[in-house]
Amino acid sequence: MADTRDIEVTVNGKSHTANVETRTSLGDFLRHGLGLTGTHMGCEHGVCGACTVMVDGEAVRSCLMLAVQANGQEVTTVEGLADEDGTLHPLQEAFWKHHGLQCGFCTPGMLTSLAAFLRDNPDPSEREVREAISGNICRCTGYQGIVDAALDAAKTMQGS
Amino acid sequence: MKPVPFTYHDPATPEEAVALLAEHEDAKVLAGGQSLMPMLNMRFVVPDHVIDLNGVAGISGVTDTGSALEIGAMTRQRDLMRDAAVVAKTPIIPEALENVGHFQTRNRGTIGGSLCHLDPSAELPCLMAAYDGVLTAHGPDGARDIPFAEWPLAYMIPTLGPDELLTKITVPYWGADHGYGFVEFARRHGDFAMIAVAALLEVEGGTISRAAISIGGADVRPLRLTEAETALVGAAPNAEAFKASAEIARGIDAMSDAYVSSAYRQRLAATLVERALVQAAERASGSA
Amino acid sequence: MVVRYLGAEVQRMEDPRLLTGHGRYVDDITMAGMLEAAFLRAPLAHAKIRSIDTSRAEALEGVHRVFTHADFGEKYSHRMNQLYPAPVIEQNKTQYPLAKDEVCFVGETVAVVVADSRAIAEDALALIDVDYEALPAVVDIRTALEDGAPLAHADATSNLMGKMRSKFGDIEDAFGKADHVFSAGFMQHRGGCHSMETRGVIAKDDPWGDGLTLWTSAQSPYLIRRALATWLGESEERIRVVAPDVGGGFGPKAGFYPEEIAICLVARLMETPVKWIEDRREHFVSTTTQRDQYWDLEVACTSEGKILGLRGNITHENGAYIPYGILLPNSSLTPLPGAYSIAAIDVGVDIVFTNTIANSPVRGAGRPCGIYAVERMIQLVSRKLGIDPAEVRRRNYVRPDQMPYETGATLRGGAKCVYDSGDYEALLEKALELSDYNSFKERQATARAEGRYLGIGVSSCIEDTGMGPYEGTTVRVESSGKVAVRTGAASQGQGHHTMIAMLVAENLGVSPEDIMFESADTSKFPHGVGTIGSRVAANVGPSAFDAAKKVREKALKLAAEVLEASEADLDIEDGVVRVNGAPDLSITLGELAIQLSPASALRVPAGFDPLLEATSYDGSSGSPIACGSNVAEVEVDPGTGEVKVLRYSVAHDCGVMINPMIVHGQIVGGVVHGIGNALFERMIYDDQGQPLTMNYGEYLLPLASEMPRVDVTHMETPSPLNSLGVKGAGEGGTIPAAAAIVAAIENALEEFSVEIDYYPVDPQYLTELIDKGAAQAAE
Repeated sequence: MADTRDIEVTVNGKSHTANVETRTSLGDFLRHGLGLTGTHMGCEHGVCGACTVMVDGEAVRSCLMLAVQANGQEVTTVEGLADEDGTLHPLQEAFWKHHGLQCGFCTPGMLTSLAAFLRDNPDPSEREVREAISGNICRCTGYQGIVDAALDAAKTMQGS
Repeated sequence: MKPVPFTYHDPATPEEAVALLAEHEDAKVLAGGQSLMPMLNMRFVVPDHVIDLNGVAGISGVTDTGSALEIGAMTRQRDLMRDAAVVAKTPIIPEALENVGHFQTRNRGTIGGSLCHLDPSAELPCLMAAYDGVLTAHGPDGARDIPFAEWPLAYMIPTLGPDELLTKITVPYWGADHGYGFVEFARRHGDFAMIAVAALLEVEGGTISRAAISIGGADVRPLRLTEAETALVGAAPNAEAFKASAEIARGIDAMSDAYVSSAYRQRLAATLVERALVQAAERASGSA
Repeated sequence: MVVRYLGAEVQRMEDPRLLTGHGRYVDDITMAGMLEAAFLRAPLAHAKIRSIDTSRAEALEGVHRVFTHADFGEKYSHRMNQLYPAPVIEQNKTQYPLAKDEVCFVGETVAVVVADSRAIAEDALALIDVDYEALPAVVDIRTALEDGAPLAHADATSNLMGKMRSKFGDIEDAFGKADHVFSAGFMQHRGGCHSMETRGVIAKDDPWGDGLTLWTSAQSPYLIRRALATWLGESEERIRVVAPDVGGGFGPKAGFYPEEIAICLVARLMETPVKWIEDRREHFVSTTTQRDQYWDLEVACTSEGKILGLRGNITHENGAYIPYGILLPNSSLTPLPGAYSIAAIDVGVDIVFTNTIANSPVRGAGRPCGIYAVERMIQLVSRKLGIDPAEVRRRNYVRPDQMPYETGATLRGGAKCVYDSGDYEALLEKALELSDYNSFKERQATARAEGRYLGIGVSSCIEDTGMGPYEGTTVRVESSGKVAVRTGAASQGQGHHTMIAMLVAENLGVSPEDIMFESADTSKFPHGVGTIGSRVAANVGPSAFDAAKKVREKALKLAAEVLEASEADLDIEDGVVRVNGAPDLSITLGELAIQLSPASALRVPAGFDPLLEATSYDGSSGSPIACGSNVAEVEVDPGTGEVKVLRYSVAHDCGVMINPMIVHGQIVGGVVHGIGNALFERMIYDDQGQPLTMNYGEYLLPLASEMPRVDVTHMETPSPLNSLGVKGAGEGGTIPAAAAIVAAIENALEEFSVEIDYYPVDPQYLTELIDKGAAQAAE
């Protein structure tokens, strides 16, 4: 008999209740329990960062949290970054403009990590951005487009 | 990479947690999860029970007692970096924490978790060795204090009974004018250090009055370079003195593995001890 | 016709979807009744399988079936076919989908569990009892060909897979008349795929309906379809292979894997869809990689540094099986002589079996290895003769007036290797300028006075791109005026959708947003080849452009009739055909399409074929050769051996750039991959073939914090080999990177006489070289 718990999690502003097996990761719950497949699982051991989401506003690796640990908490995934009306988050606009993605697999993790980072560090240097995304692996872009996008988004976000 | 099935527990108090540890032999304690979850996912550990400490009251937060920091074991690394008392009184801690993983892992990772996991390359054990930190453990028979020197038992095994819970870490302050240097060498930002050195110095009237040098990554436990510390007391904080300390560091017993030889670790220890001491001396008032 | 899109930095059409979390990778796909699979993999590098007992696993709640080789039955009991047969292959070793009675590498598939969930499937793996009889494993290719070495395959006669050789010119003469002969030996290790998305497969078999469908994270859906059809003995028409969004490929996803067959079989035998997603630990051991190559070379040159000949031998690690034939060792040979005119070359390669995962192309394939070798020898000549490294190159480059230049080498398929166009010296000058090469000695001296060790390294490369036969495209205007474009080309992030939409929009006078793009689905386009070897832009570019051109011509011809105007007076803008000077006279592309696909009882206009559509397989007639020069500036910390890459400059020529922003992304991404190869990535096995680097803490991929900004400047020398003048750009950043980095490190540590003989260069190794050099200097 599998060990399960009832949980209530608010994801991108919407409350969800579910009965989950306790060994299920938060990432797998989001993807397969809720069908929010924007968050990607790249390594399942907490290094690649593709699975990054925000829990109560802090960027965390969803492969290293159990879904039951998110009970009563607020989760933001990449699907929740744009506005309700579809207006892209400044980071999403900037990634688009600066070719900050190629295959797109690391991108949701990059976006959520940077969204949290820029909120707490609104005017970072390039060095600081590179260190901030050192917990997110990209195999395609060589990072430069991502860094340029982050710096551009920071400016935009400060301006507004 | 999914964990084995386990029974999940989320105790609300330390007593409940201790009782669960006593009741379940094959249990793992879940703190920040940044070390345990990868091991669970890879099935390197296959516990029947997982005891989640994230809801346990009273074992997180930082208190400034005036002469020491009392840090709850479940205090997040991120919170340690931001805490005013930590920044003011033990500035080497936030500086070292910049090298611990990445901001996403520091958002969840705890000081207690790192000290119990006891990875030889981890920075927090290295710091606790330098500070002679005191770890408080709660068991069914009550609490006991364990000086950090007695904490590491063997490779990744602390002196913690199977039904004991680490609840608090006490870090006694150094003088307000103390200097500190933390230098590590890792291949990439956030990686485990091949060698990490924490150096604390107090300098009065142009001579060193107190020194602590802790080397992490060389052995299963952080090494205090007591021979060098003793030699430094009474000496002027200059390049010659620090080169001498470096040579002592070069002679430490260092482990060897598939990636890094003991000779290289010794070489790194020498280089980094010197650099950490230079940094510490620059920051100590009373150096001039 | 006004050029609107060609050469413009159009923001990618792929992005809005991917940025908002609406990508659709294999693991995002779900369907009714779908079960999940996990593979039991060999824990030993070489062993006989004496018996397998799956009964405990099958009894686990939530497990539906467990299969071994025997469970697939007689019909499905044969080995995988050799997809790339070649006479060079002396001993052809291919896998069974599930191992029969021998396993030859840690990670080889032994059994597959199908369960309600992946977690339960993994639980069941632990309950499968396999009785192995361990056999000796061979891992070190330097000793694998010696008498008495353990055999990678129990029934093999030796560990030699085959031998190849690139020989042209009069090598005896070259070495005979040389003023100098220098020699060098070095090891190259390039590491694995490590796309952020691992492999994954969903199979669904519907024999009374749609047939067999396979969704797979792959670069070559058509190769898979054909391979699967051949293996099953069934028609390609009844097999559909779809590569949905693919999270990076880099080469190892261009093949055909045993798991693809196994999952198709379980889906068929269980009559239900089955999904298998490779986890990261599996990726380390079961997705093909590039590992060790040992080179021993001699270079013959004049006292002026003009290279007369190159000879030597390579020992190349093959791994246990041969899924890519001889592609990888071949592509290590064909780039010799690099960007230089070298009259004679005689280099052989011994391809050696080991008990490890098969080696396959990884971004650049063998080209980084061949180019590294040439560049190292140039470096050697430069050092020994005391001639500046840039100058030695100038004295040896193939010159523009020699184009098209036959190098003397022969490509796979038998064609001669011909460099079609490019100005290598001009590229060098651009790279030197971009990197402030001429003022470097000053920077170096200033830094040295501060106790810092800076170094600079140059490397040049050529890259054969755009290999044939073709990558076709169909362009069709719909009744709505929107344009449907279909191609076989598979994308793993290269922006094909955008590139093709730009080309079609350019010719058809529509906007790229009006284009509906479908690719990488064998049911949507008759035949394709695969995304490898930087071949897509140079093949699909011309075919898309040509198909659109043909549609344009047809549209204008019909419009001319309808509008009673001359074709020369017509133009298309925003999907509307107008008569110049008479703006009221117009007809939309959609209306023209309807005329060519009218309703029942109406007629298609006389002299026209139905549909406003065209298909083209136009591509490149030969291999457009991209080229570049790179300059790396590094700082080495002798205290720790750490190498920081401070600056990296690239001058690159990939012919006409369709979308410069996409090209730039490929170059920068490629360079970072190359730096990763040079400094970080190493897949380590112990002497029993046990993989040691099995996670991202131990296997080091390049991170943003250690990577430099990459400055890129372009030349656009159009290739004469296709209608657009395009050359491939996907690997040109990677190919010369290791050579530049290694040369820079040696330059930084010149006073210690450091000579690097393997990469990846790790800090410990550097400190050993530094200490040795310091000790020798002291004597």
